[in-house]
Amino acid sequence: MESSGNILFCGVGGQGILLASELTAYALLASGMDAKKSEVHGMAQRGGSVEAHLRYGKKVYSPLIEPGTADLLLAFEIMEALRYLPYLHKGSKVIVNTQRILPPAVATGKAAYPENILEELSERGLEVIPVNGYGIAKQAGNVKAANVALVGALSSLLPIPQETFIEVIKERVPARFLEVNLTVFREGRKAGRA
Amino acid sequence: MTKPATSLENLWLSGNEALAMGAKEAAVTVASGYPGTPSTEILENLSRYEGVYTEWAPNEKVGLEVAIGASFAGARALATMKHVGLNVAADPLFTASYTGVRGGLVIVVADDPSMHSSQNEQDSRNYADAAKLPMLEPSDPGEAKEFLKIAYDISEEFDTPVLLKSCTRVAHVKGIVVPGEIAVSKVKIGIEKAPAKFVMLPGNARQRRLAVAARQDRLGEFAETFAENKIEWGDKKRGFITAGVSYLYVKEAFPEASVLKLGLVNPLPEKMIRELADGVEELIVVEELDPYLETRIKAMGIDCRGKELIPAIGELSTAVVRKAVSGEAGPVEFAPVELIPRPPNMCAGCPHRGLFYNLNRLKVFVSGDIGCYTLGFLPPLSAMDSCVCMGASIGIAHGMSKALGEAGKGKVVSVIGDSTFIHSGLNSLINTVYNKDNATIIILDNRITAMTGHQPNPASGSTLMGEPANSIDFEELCRAVGVKHVRTVNPHEIEEIYKVLKEEIDRDEVSVVITRFPCVLVPEEKKRVKYPFFTDTDECTGCTACLKLGCPAIQWEPLTPEEAEAQGRKKSQKGVARIDEVTCVGCGQCLPLCKFEAINKGEEK
Repeated sequence: MESSGNILFCGVGGQGILLASELTAYALLASGMDAKKSEVHGMAQRGGSVEAHLRYGKKVYSPLIEPGTADLLLAFEIMEALRYLPYLHKGSKVIVNTQRILPPAVATGKAAYPENILEELSERGLEVIPVNGYGIAKQAGNVKAANVALVGALSSLLPIPQETFIEVIKERVPARFLEVNLTVFREGRKAGRA
Repeated sequence: MTKPATSLENLWLSGNEALAMGAKEAAVTVASGYPGTPSTEILENLSRYEGVYTEWAPNEKVGLEVAIGASFAGARALATMKHVGLNVAADPLFTASYTGVRGGLVIVVADDPSMHSSQNEQDSRNYADAAKLPMLEPSDPGEAKEFLKIAYDISEEFDTPVLLKSCTRVAHVKGIVVPGEIAVSKVKIGIEKAPAKFVMLPGNARQRRLAVAARQDRLGEFAETFAENKIEWGDKKRGFITAGVSYLYVKEAFPEASVLKLGLVNPLPEKMIRELADGVEELIVVEELDPYLETRIKAMGIDCRGKELIPAIGELSTAVVRKAVSGEAGPVEFAPVELIPRPPNMCAGCPHRGLFYNLNRLKVFVSGDIGCYTLGFLPPLSAMDSCVCMGASIGIAHGMSKALGEAGKGKVVSVIGDSTFIHSGLNSLINTVYNKDNATIIILDNRITAMTGHQPNPASGSTLMGEPANSIDFEELCRAVGVKHVRTVNPHEIEEIYKVLKEEIDRDEVSVVITRFPCVLVPEEKKRVKYPFFTDTDECTGCTACLKLGCPAIQWEPLTPEEAEAQGRKKSQKGVARIDEVTCVGCGQCLPLCKFEAINKGEEK
């Protein structure tokens, strides 16, 4: 597999971004990589914009992705995908959960939610992969598993066998949610490849 | 405990998980502290290990005093806190430097450069110098665990408390950690009287001051041979001196350069520094925040550059270090796009919202405090006018009241959370009563320390180790310190709380209003059967009254004049407010605000 890479996760506090980054990291570690992840807790988690940086390679020093060097962006919310644009480079791939979460200024009628975000990304030559994580999770019977659908989509872009991810999910997801999560993962993986 | 990675013997842990493991491996048996981002998870994780007593203290000063006591009894002891917490604990810290220890004593302090979740950024290394204490600074989780174990050996060998400095990018970074053996302390637990060492009367303290000076000399020699201070020779054109996370950024930006990595940042290994300085053409000091190393290296008469290149404000990163040193901007291809900001917000159903909605209506000056409720500052609630530090709200309101005199009557209130009140608000309440103020103090009692992730406190009724405990009766406590008027209200009852606040603010005596309702994120509240509200949008006139709550479950849907007309509304109606039933927890705050019966109670969820 690629000897090193940078994956940026972004979205809104409460969307399960930390678990998604965790599952991905464990799949990388299981493939013999060094990996570091950086995230922010506390005030920032209360419904605000959140990010997690995941870096892997033979030896990782800095836990932070430099601007212009994220190979993959996994955006849990449409507008958040655009917020992290400076982290991307021309060859970056962007998986976008097609969900809109209104920021306070929009929810209170003070501003309008921006249109055409996916076009803004693809106009810049970025490969954009929209995934309806919420829809996939709802279909499987648990809307809270949307984050695992996105991990499924991401897994299709990483040179790690599907089985490695499935093993990690089996280890880390509580037994009573396992079936739903495995279904959602597989559906997400299909969506990532479409 | 986090399980090991699939194919590794090693663990993949956050810095805070690693520090907890380090404490266990260092044979720590007593640990105390106060929650504060980014330090909180150290004690939470440590509490899951067998054989370690852990607790949340009411504040950092108490936490450190508990740890000092455990050390006096011969136990290896740990105190944890965030950078601003060390200000609170500074008093015992400076004198514990004189008493020294029996069992090893380590204070972990976690800085938050860039203020991700803090009211200031400060460089805790300055405390090491000021209190004359050794300080270790790890760069990642693996080192954090090892350095903590080393810290206990230094503590017992040199008879000193030891500071270990963490930061956001160590505490909340996950990396590979190698489990190790559990250490054995040479010190036996038991009472051993040593009054000349532990009773800091001036006569004894003067003797101990000399012991501290001798200790500093010995530690200076130790620093020269300490294995975690090391020169990595590379290209001799440029040498760096650095420590902690800054080392990682230097290694990534300039992998070819020579680097002196300092594991111990106080005292400094002068000979080693000279060796690097003499061996390279150009010497650069890379450190976050203050020019702590740079100032000391320059005082040695060594020519170097530091803050003239490296920013003194905010976190560093590989990109920042590279640009500062070489002028190269890095590979940025896409400029940022201007977007609507997404600030944090109180949760849907947060009991604080009802209070701040009313404080906004009352147009008073709100002296605020530290917690989730500081978000009451943000629009549309816009009901916080000052916030300085933990527990400050009551004292600041009192000072304003004394300065304003008659003109201030009924114009200033203070708001403070349950945990913050216990932390350091109580003293100020006593002062307010004793010094005859007529203030209104509002205690936002959600039964938990919410912002840092729901730690129990002395009002919660349970301990860090999960045992049932006394739950402070705030009403009785306030009466005991002399407050005659104490009233408890449910902050979800918007109209009732307005009435109560108005009466108490107008009162010519000190009064306390307790707004009591559990945080929506505590497990019992999460499990409670909910009846979310829904909007009958046909009835909604777009008056926007409910939007003034700023609840994330209420969303505005704009309408064009044509759309409004097509829906049989007035052409001038600009939109409708719709409750998102998935997000709504049925707190009911919005119900009395709707005069058009558009908001209705829904089915159980």
